[in-house]
Amino acid sequence: MSQHAQKAAEFITNQERMKWHDESLWFVRTKRDKATHGIPEWEQLRELGSQIKNHTLSNLDQYLEEFEKNALQNGVQVHWAANAAEHNRIVHEILARQEVQRIVKSKSMLTEECGLNEFLTEKGIEVVDTDLGERIIQLREEPPSHIVMPAIHLKKEEIGELFHQKLNTEKGASDPKYLTESARQHLREKFLSAQAALTGVNFAIAETGGVVVCTNEGNADMGVHLCPVQIHSMGIEKVLPKAEHLGVFTRLLARSATGQPITIFTSHYHRPKPEGEMHIIIVDNGRTAQLGREDFRNSLKCIRCGACMNTCPIYRRSGGHSYGYTVPGPIGSILTPGIDLKKYSDLPFASTLCGSCSDVCPVKINIHEQLYRWRQIISEEGHLPSSKKQGMRIAARVLSKSTTYKFGGKMARWALRAFPRFFIYNRLNVWGKNRELPEAPKQSFQEWYQKNRKEP
Amino acid sequence: MKIGLFIPCYIDQFYPQVGIATLELLEKLGCQVSYPSGQTCCGQPMANTGCEKEAIPTYQHFVRQFKDFDYIVTPSGSCAYHIRKHYDVLEQSEEVKKVRTNTLDISEFLLEKLGISALDSQFPHKVGLHNSCHGLRGLRLGTGSERVLTQQSKLQTLLHMVKGIELVELDRSDECCGFGGTFAINEPDISVAMGRDRLAEHEKKGVEVITAGDMSCLMHLEGIIRREKKKLQVKHIVEILNGTSI
Repeated sequence: MSQHAQKAAEFITNQERMKWHDESLWFVRTKRDKATHGIPEWEQLRELGSQIKNHTLSNLDQYLEEFEKNALQNGVQVHWAANAAEHNRIVHEILARQEVQRIVKSKSMLTEECGLNEFLTEKGIEVVDTDLGERIIQLREEPPSHIVMPAIHLKKEEIGELFHQKLNTEKGASDPKYLTESARQHLREKFLSAQAALTGVNFAIAETGGVVVCTNEGNADMGVHLCPVQIHSMGIEKVLPKAEHLGVFTRLLARSATGQPITIFTSHYHRPKPEGEMHIIIVDNGRTAQLGREDFRNSLKCIRCGACMNTCPIYRRSGGHSYGYTVPGPIGSILTPGIDLKKYSDLPFASTLCGSCSDVCPVKINIHEQLYRWRQIISEEGHLPSSKKQGMRIAARVLSKSTTYKFGGKMARWALRAFPRFFIYNRLNVWGKNRELPEAPKQSFQEWYQKNRKEP
Repeated sequence: MKIGLFIPCYIDQFYPQVGIATLELLEKLGCQVSYPSGQTCCGQPMANTGCEKEAIPTYQHFVRQFKDFDYIVTPSGSCAYHIRKHYDVLEQSEEVKKVRTNTLDISEFLLEKLGISALDSQFPHKVGLHNSCHGLRGLRLGTGSERVLTQQSKLQTLLHMVKGIELVELDRSDECCGFGGTFAINEPDISVAMGRDRLAEHEKKGVEVITAGDMSCLMHLEGIIRREKKKLQVKHIVEILNGTSI
């Protein structure tokens, strides 16, 4: 079995948890449906979002330079990082110059992707994630399982136990209000003692040189306003040409992510505060390579809403950790093969190609078509398990000629009828582990047709 | 109008009654239907596993079998979708283009080409419609729940022509059953979990018969029904349209 299949099988072992996980995420999908059905022009809005991204990606060099120019004029310090290591080094240099010992972060999938927390911790800097969900998984020392709801795999009782151990809450307490209040008090101290704040970026506006961060907890603002040094890390694909384009995306983002009309906070950062420093780090880390892949460039339109995860019937039942990458689910499965084809060669197969992800996507990424394309490349590059490849070669031979097809079909049906059950339902019959095979009729349709209708 | 009947490989081998119902239904509606006896498969099993290149001889065989028909009609949205969408890897000769354009799922053919508005059949049972994904989101036989568009469904339109039928409304009207071709074998645990969840909703709503436009979904669901000795039954939509009884 593939890695994803194995981890999924483990997740499923706890049927009750799987059911709860599935229903929690389906609830978010339902909220998304209600919110989008309130916008009659939703499909046009998706098209507009997709076109704006398309245009921007086609002129990315130009918009990034325009963005840099305007940001510099605003007094922002702009850095370019080709990869994760460069990004982490730049962050560390900024912090070292100001002798920063403690930083607060508000959710950034990019810094997860770059492994920034581990890097800074090794250098002796305390990093505290300040989104509630992020803080929970940070205390548990595990990666996020969802890009918008990073701790969605955990139940409140598990969080109660974690907080009891780490934050000294009462043993056995699982009241969400009580636990959240404890986290607030704990984080308040961290905010007050931090010397630098780092945030992710939802959108960067070329025309103004400003960045936009969407949060529900206000933690990005709390960090940025309190700390003298603010750092914003963004992927190169986050740029939009003009401020007027922003409205299209804020309308799409929150509705798709959580079913809210808009996130509680939409923070715009344009320039450093008096006596403060503002840095923006523009990160490539494989994005240019993806942009160069004609069939897959569309994946860079992603605005990280997570809707494809919430709708994916496999993700809902296998959990985010089964994908083994920061960005799980359907979008992760088309991004990861571009990073390491061999390592992630099972992910494009962790799908039934049902297509729900493509239809739910607010910027119309053709996710299921890209999964199909990756499968072809994985096979061509020799990363299919050899049993599968051989099986397909045999199938291809049998199905390309009517004689072999007829003979093969007849034999298979005969075998299913003739052999005893224990012989058919053996260890190798994966289908038959939890399902019956179809009953094998004596006559195929073709044979019936020969007897009952004239040959054409 | 020359109509070629395409009966997908697994229907031919395991569900001949679905092929028969398709043929009988078309004949009842006055169509002259031919069944090219050399036909095999559309090639989807290989292609969805990443072996599109290996599937090309099967694609070419399909085109040779069906190149002379005005319409190629099949009781499978998934196979029709595969031919229309993925035969793009073949050299686009006139023959290939013609086959790709004219391959239709039976529901499209009945409603768009024949323009039927009534059927002489009855099925007095509680029926749950499973919207097979490739038909729904590939061929757009209906409006998926993700999209903010006027709701339409070819399969529902057809089922409403059957007397006595009671179509049950589902909470998850178009969630995948978990079959997914070789996915069912690559990820057997998730596949079965998804199937069980679909069945549970149909059961909860008092459905007697689950129907769909693709027998492959029903093969997977039936496999779980029989293993778990559930009371539910499965019928391909053409069986119901053709006036089958249970």
